[in-house]
Amino acid sequence: MLRLKNINTYYGKVHALKNISLHLGEGEIVTLIGANGAGKTTILNTISGVTPAAAGEIMFCKEVVTALAPDKVVQRGISQVPEGRQVFKPLSVEDNLQLGAYLRYRSREGKAAIYKDMEKVFTLFPRLEERRKQLAGTMSGGEQQMLAIGRALMANPKMLLLDEPSMGLAPLVVQEIFRVLERLRQENGTTILLVEQNAKAALKLADRGYVLETGKVILEGPADELLENAEVKRAYLGKDKKEMWER
Amino acid sequence: MAKPIRSGSDAMKRDFLLFIGFSVLVMLAPQYFRGGYMMNVLVFVGINTMLAIALNLLLGYAGQISLGHAGFFGLGAYLSGIMTTTFSLNPWLAMPLAAVAVGSLAFLIGFPVLKLKGHYLAMATLGLGIIFFIIFNETYEWTGGPSGLSGIPYLELGGISFNSDVKSYYLIWGFTLAVMLFALNLASSRVGRALRAVHDSEVAAQVLGVNARLLKVQIFALSALLSSIAGSLYAHTMTFISPTSFGFNFSIELLTMVVIGGLGSIYGSFLGAALLTLLPEILRGANDYDIIIYGGLLMVMVMYMPGGLVRGIPALFRKLAGRKGGVDHA
Repeated sequence: MLRLKNINTYYGKVHALKNISLHLGEGEIVTLIGANGAGKTTILNTISGVTPAAAGEIMFCKEVVTALAPDKVVQRGISQVPEGRQVFKPLSVEDNLQLGAYLRYRSREGKAAIYKDMEKVFTLFPRLEERRKQLAGTMSGGEQQMLAIGRALMANPKMLLLDEPSMGLAPLVVQEIFRVLERLRQENGTTILLVEQNAKAALKLADRGYVLETGKVILEGPADELLENAEVKRAYLGKDKKEMWER
Repeated sequence: MAKPIRSGSDAMKRDFLLFIGFSVLVMLAPQYFRGGYMMNVLVFVGINTMLAIALNLLLGYAGQISLGHAGFFGLGAYLSGIMTTTFSLNPWLAMPLAAVAVGSLAFLIGFPVLKLKGHYLAMATLGLGIIFFIIFNETYEWTGGPSGLSGIPYLELGGISFNSDVKSYYLIWGFTLAVMLFALNLASSRVGRALRAVHDSEVAAQVLGVNARLLKVQIFALSALLSSIAGSLYAHTMTFISPTSFGFNFSIELLTMVVIGGLGSIYGSFLGAALLTLLPEILRGANDYDIIIYGGLLMVMVMYMPGGLVRGIPALFRKLAGRKGGVDHA
C-alpha cells in the first residue's frame, strides 16, 4: 500500500534520512522504533509532505506522492497524528474534530457524512463526547491524545501515521489507546504506521517493525522476532539485561 | 448519543439575535445623538470598526500581525480619490475597482511577506506601511502630496447625495454592519476554524489538509480589501484626504483597537474602535492632561483585561454581582 524507496531528507545541511526504504501492506500495523534523533518523526513528516524528501520515491496506492503538498497527501488518504498531540487548545473538542474533516466540506459527500463520522469517533472515545463543548487545552493529556487521533480519523483516512501516541501518558491510558488502534484495523481495515519510544508496547501491537539508528534502518522483521532480538532487547527494551549478562 | 451533534445552531441563533439587536441600536442611534459633531464622531467609529474587524481577521483569527494596515486603508482612499477626481469615474465604480486592486496587490505581496513569522513579519509589514506613506507624499502629481487631495465627490444613490452628517452616518454604518455580518459568518465557518488552527499550530493544521501558506495569504488579501473599502468610504465622506491620516501612527492605533477590544472577537473590534475613537473626544475637557489619562487608561485595561473589553466587561459585572457562579469560558 505504501512504499518508500531510498528516501533521503535533509534539514538544511543535516542529513536526517539516509536511503530509507520501507513498505506497509494494506491493513498492516507497522512500528518504527529507535532512539531520539534516529529519524522516526522525519519519516512521518516526509510521508506527509511537511519536510519533503530530497531524493527517493514514495508510492501510495500505486501513485507517486513524493513531491505532494501536505493537503494533497491528506486528500490521497494519509492522515498524521503529530508528535506531542498538537490539538488546537483554544478550540472546542467539536471544532477540533471538524477541522479534521476540513478538506471534506468541499466534496460531494456533504455534511451529513461528516457528522456521522463524528459519531463514530465518539463511539471509539466516549470521553470525547462528554467533553464536546470543552476547550481542548483544558483536557488531560490522555484525552488530548484521543482527540488528536479522532481528529485525524475525521479525514476518513486509509492510512494513519501516529507519532508517539504514548508520550507522557499513564500506562492504563496507553493501553486504552492501543486497543482503539487494534479496533480500527479490525473494523475499518485502517493501515497504521506507528512511531514509538515505548518499543515494547508498540512491538506487541504491531505486525512488523523497523529499527532505526541515525537516519538508517538497521533492522527489520516481524514484531515478535524483534521482541526476542538480543540487540533490540539491550538497546530499546531495557529488560532482562542482567539475564543476558549472566548468560 | 441521542442528542444531535449539529449543536452549532443554538449558538448561531444567539449570534444572529445579537446581531439584529446591535443593528437596531445602530439604526436608532441618530434619534438620540442629535447634532452634527456627535454624528461625525460616530461616522469615524464606523470606519474604525470596519478597519479593526479587517485587522482582527488577520491578527486575532489567523495570528498574523500587520503594522502596515493604514497603508491599505490609505491606498483605497487615494485610488478612489484619484479615480473620481482626475478621471471623473463614478464613485460606486471606483470603490470596488480600488478594493480589487488593493486586494490583488496584497495577495502578491503576501506570498513573500507571510513566509515570515513573529517579529520579522512585524518589521516587514511596518516597512510596507512606511513605503505606502512615502508614496502618498511623493507622487504629488497624483495625490497632491502633503497638502492632500480635495474635491472628492460624495457618494450618491437614487438622487440622494450622502453629503450630510446623518446621511453619511447611515451610509457608513450600513457598510459597517455588512462587514460585521460577513466577518461573523466567516469566523464561524470552516474557514474560520482553519484560521484559528493555523494560529495555534501551522504544522498540525497542515497535516489535517489546511493549506496554511495559501490561507494566510488569502486572509491577508481579504483584510487589505476590506481596509480599502473603508478607505474609499472615508474619502467619499470626508471629500478631502491627506497622507497624515494613513501613517504609521494610525497602523498602531488600529492594532491597539483590536487588542483592547479583544483578539478574535468581532464585537470586540467594535468596542475597541468605539473606545479609542470616543475617548479622545471625551477627554477633550481635561485639556493638556488628556494624553496622560488616555495612556493610563489603556495601560490599566491591558493589565486588568488581558482578554480585551469584550471578555473583561462581562467578567467585571460578574465580579460586581458578588463572586458567585462557575467559571465561564469566554
